Amino acid sequence: MHKDDQALIFELTKPGRIGYSLPEMDIPELDINELIPAGYVREEEAELPEVSELDIMRHYTALSNRNHGVDSGFYPLGSCTMKYNPKINENVARIPGFAHLHPLQDESSVQGALELMYDLQEHLIEITGMDQVTLQPAAGAHGEWTALMMVRAFHEANGDHKRTKVLIPDSAHGTNPASATVAGFETITVKSDENGLVDLEDLKRVVGEDTAALMLTNPNTLGLFEENILEMAEIVHAAGGKLYYDGANLNAVMSKARPGDMGFDLVHLNLHKTFTGPHGGGGPGSGPVGVKADLIPYLPKPILVKRDDQYVLDYDRPQSIGRVKPYYGNFGINVRAYTYIRSMGPDGLKAVTEYAVLNANYMMRRLQDSYDLPFDRHCKHEFVLSGKRQKKLGVRTLDIAKRLLDFGYHPPTIYFPINVEECIMIEPTETESKETLDAFCDAMIQIAKEAEENPEIVQEAPHSTVIGRLDETLAARKPVLRYKKQ
Amino acid sequence: MKHRYLPMTETDKKEMLDTIGVNSIDELFSDIPESVRFNGEYQIKPAKTETALMKELTLMAQKNADLRSHTSFLGAGVYDHYMPIIVDHVLSRSEFYTAYTPYQPEISQGELQAIFEFQSMICELTGMDVANSSMYDGGTALAEAAMLSAGQTKRKKVLISSAVHPESKEVVKTYAKGQYIDVIEVPHKDGVTDVDALKEMIDDEIAAVIIQYPNFFGRIEPLKELEEIIHAEKAMFVVSSNPLALGALTPPGKFGADIVAGDAQVFGIPTGFGGPHCGYFAVTNKLMRKVPGRLVGQTVDEEGRRGFVLTLQAREQHIRRDKATSNICSNQALNALAASVAMTALGKKGVKEMALSNIQKAHYAKQLFKAKGFEIAFEGPSFNEFVIKLNTPVKEVNMKLLEKNMIGGYDLGRDYSDLKNHMLVAVTELRTKEEIDTFVNEMGDYHA
Repeated sequence: MHKDDQALIFELTKPGRIGYSLPEMDIPELDINELIPAGYVREEEAELPEVSELDIMRHYTALSNRNHGVDSGFYPLGSCTMKYNPKINENVARIPGFAHLHPLQDESSVQGALELMYDLQEHLIEITGMDQVTLQPAAGAHGEWTALMMVRAFHEANGDHKRTKVLIPDSAHGTNPASATVAGFETITVKSDENGLVDLEDLKRVVGEDTAALMLTNPNTLGLFEENILEMAEIVHAAGGKLYYDGANLNAVMSKARPGDMGFDLVHLNLHKTFTGPHGGGGPGSGPVGVKADLIPYLPKPILVKRDDQYVLDYDRPQSIGRVKPYYGNFGINVRAYTYIRSMGPDGLKAVTEYAVLNANYMMRRLQDSYDLPFDRHCKHEFVLSGKRQKKLGVRTLDIAKRLLDFGYHPPTIYFPINVEECIMIEPTETESKETLDAFCDAMIQIAKEAEENPEIVQEAPHSTVIGRLDETLAARKPVLRYKKQ
Repeated sequence: MKHRYLPMTETDKKEMLDTIGVNSIDELFSDIPESVRFNGEYQIKPAKTETALMKELTLMAQKNADLRSHTSFLGAGVYDHYMPIIVDHVLSRSEFYTAYTPYQPEISQGELQAIFEFQSMICELTGMDVANSSMYDGGTALAEAAMLSAGQTKRKKVLISSAVHPESKEVVKTYAKGQYIDVIEVPHKDGVTDVDALKEMIDDEIAAVIIQYPNFFGRIEPLKELEEIIHAEKAMFVVSSNPLALGALTPPGKFGADIVAGDAQVFGIPTGFGGPHCGYFAVTNKLMRKVPGRLVGQTVDEEGRRGFVLTLQAREQHIRRDKATSNICSNQALNALAASVAMTALGKKGVKEMALSNIQKAHYAKQLFKAKGFEIAFEGPSFNEFVIKLNTPVKEVNMKLLEKNMIGGYDLGRDYSDLKNHMLVAVTELRTKEEIDTFVNEMGDYHA
C-alpha cells in the first residue's frame, strides 16, 4: 500500500465494532435450524465491514472530498447538461408521502402520487408537442429502447414485418445503435454533410420499405439544429417509417421548437438532464417517452388515466408492448423534475433555453481563435471544437482535458462525436454566470498557449489532483473488480 | 425574467451579445425554420415561489397513505426496512449526487471507490466472483441475465419459474421479444418451482432457467436440486435473490449459480412508490467480460498510488454501438451508494442479525395466523413472507385495514387466477410484536 492511499472501508474493519441499531427482537425466538432446512442456513458470514458510525461518516466524507460535482465547480460536460440541481427538489422528494409509498398499495391510498405523475405527463405532453407520455422508462437508453419496441409493435400490428432497419446518423450517441440492436433491429448509418448536418442525399439512398424508423437528435450532438428537419420527416414518412427524437437534452429548444411540431412520432426525454434530476454519479435517471396518437395503443402498461376525478392505472392494454420496468418508473426522479418545472413555469423554461444558447455561443466565440472551430455558425446549447492544431504540437485533446483539472474544472466531453477529429464538446448550461464562463475560457486560452510554449506542462497534467493518470491498461488486463479479505 | 437559478444580468447579456456579434438572443435561433418554430409560451402552470410550491406539494403528498404513518405488511418485492439514518446524510453530500458518471478518474475517485466497495459487498453477499456497478432494478437485471444467457449459450429459449416476481416476469418477456427469445413458464407446485415439471421441460435448447430465492411467495427454493437439473443440460442457472435474505441463507454462489441478480432496495433505499431502487448483477469469473453495465476496477497511477477506473469498457454501448449486447448507460449509482452505506452500517453482524430477525418475526406472525384458524397456503420454510387464504377479496380486506392505518398484504389474485382471495403477507424486522398482534387481530374472521 502506498502511503497516500485512501483506505477501503474493509481496511478500517475491526471485529467487535458495529454501526447499526436494529429494532428489538420482542418476540419469542426459535432455533433457526428448525425454520430453515439443512444446507440452507448460511455458514460463512459475508465479509462486510465492521465499523462504527463515525468511521462510516469519516470514510464517506473523505470519499466525497475526492469527487467533483456541479456543486464543487463548473462542469461543462457536453451532451450531459450539468446544470445546477435545485435543493427544493431534494426536499420534496424526501417528503414521507412521496418517499415512503409502496408501489402496490391500493390506488385509493396513493392518489397524490398519481396526481403528480399525471400532471407531470400533462406538462411533458405540452413541452414536447406529443399526444401521450409514459413515465415508466428508468433512463435515457431505456426510453430509446422502449420507443423502438413500440415502433416494432406498430409495424407488426400493420402486418408490416419487413421493416427491420433503423437509420442512425453518424454523429449519434452510441446508445442509439445499441438500443436499436437490443430491440431487434439492424442499424444503418446515415452520413453527415460538410456542415455537420444529416446528408439528405445519403438519407434518400438508405431509406426504403425496410425502414422502421430514423433516430435523430435535434439539435444534433454537434450542437447544430437540423434545418431540413421537415424534409427529412417527409422522406422517412413517405417510405412508411417512423421518426424518433432523441430528446436526451431539450435544453436547446424549450419554447423554441417542439419535437411534435417537427414531425417526430416518438420522443424520449432525460429528466435527469434538462429537468434537473441530479446525475447521482451515473444515475438514477428517468427517461419518459412521448408518442403521437397512432402509437398510444403500444405504450408500456399500465398507463395512467383520470376517471371521474380519480387517477387509475389501466392494465387493460391488449396492444401494449408490455412492461418495461417493475412498477411505474423512477418516481423519485420524476418528483424532482416536476418540482423543477413548477419552479420555472413557462417563462422560466423559455429563459432556460435562451440563456443556455447564449452561453454556448458566447464561449464558442471567445474560444474560436485559440482552437479550431469545425462548424462556424450559431450553435445551440453546446458546441464542438477540434484540438487538431494542438495535436500537431504533440498535445492531444486528452492532455487538454487533464490540464483543465489543474484549474479546478471538470473537462468537457472529449472524442465525441466521433466524426470530429480530437473533439472537445462544451456545454455550459444556463445556470452558470458570465464570470464562470470567462474564467473557464481564460483557462482554455492559457492551455492553448501552453501547448505552443510549454507543451510538457499540458502533456503531463494533471499536477494538482489527489491522484495522477491511472493505468487503464493494467485495469483491463488484470482486472481487480472487488476487495477480497486476505 | 429574474429567477434564482438564472444568474445572467441585463449587462452580462448585452456584453455577451456584443462578443457574439448579434443584436438579440432571437438571432441565435434563426436556424430554426419558421415552419417548425414554436411561438409564444407553453400552456403549463405558472411558476410558483419556493414557499408556495413547497406548501402545495406537501399537501399533495399528504393525500397519500405513507409507510411512516401506516403500519405495512406489504412486500411482494419492495420492503419497508430499517434504514440507518446515516445513509441519507452520506447521500446528501452533493459531491456525490451532483456528479456525472466518473469518466474523469482523477476527480472522481470518491464515486469510483464507493462503487468498487459496492461491487465487493454484493460479491460477498451473493457468493459470486464479480458484480457490476448496478442496474436499473431487479426486473430489468433479470431481463439482462436472460439476454446474456441467450448470447452465451447461443440458445433462444429461457425457462422462468412461475414463482418469480410477476412484474419481473413481464419485463423479461418484453425484453425477450426484442431479442427473439422464447420465455416459457415453469409451474410452481405448493409454492415452489415444480421440479418434475422442470425435468420435463428442460433440454439442450434452453439457454437459462430463472429461479427466485426466496421466491415470490416467500418460500426457499431447493437450489441444490435445481442446479443439478439445470446444469445437466448446460443451461445457465440464473437466480434472482433478495440480498438481505442472503445474510442468513446460503448464497446462490455456493449452489453453483452462473448469474445472481436482484434489487438492493432492502439496503437503505426508500420504497419510493417503486423507484428509483437499485438492481444488482453478479456473475462467475467466466462471465466477467459479458456483464452488462459499468464495472469499476482497481489500478495504480504513475507513482504507484492505488486508484480506481471504469474498466472493461469494450463491452459497453458507447464503444461497441450496434455490436453491444446491452444498451444500459445510466444506472443507479447514487442508490448503489445508499446500499453500500447501509450494508456498511449493518456490517458483517448486522446483516445476519437483520435477516434472522425477518425470519423470526415472519414466522411468529405465521404461527399467530395459524392459531387464529387461518390456513397457510404453501406451508414450508420461508424468509419474511407467507401466503394466507381469506374468505373475502383481498382488496376489500385491505380497504378495511387502511381505515385502521394499516397497509395489508398483496393480492395474489391479481397475477395468479387460481389464487383469488390469497394474501401475501410480509413481516420485516421493523414490525413490533404489538403491531403484529394487532394486525392478526384485525384480520379476525377473514379466514377461509
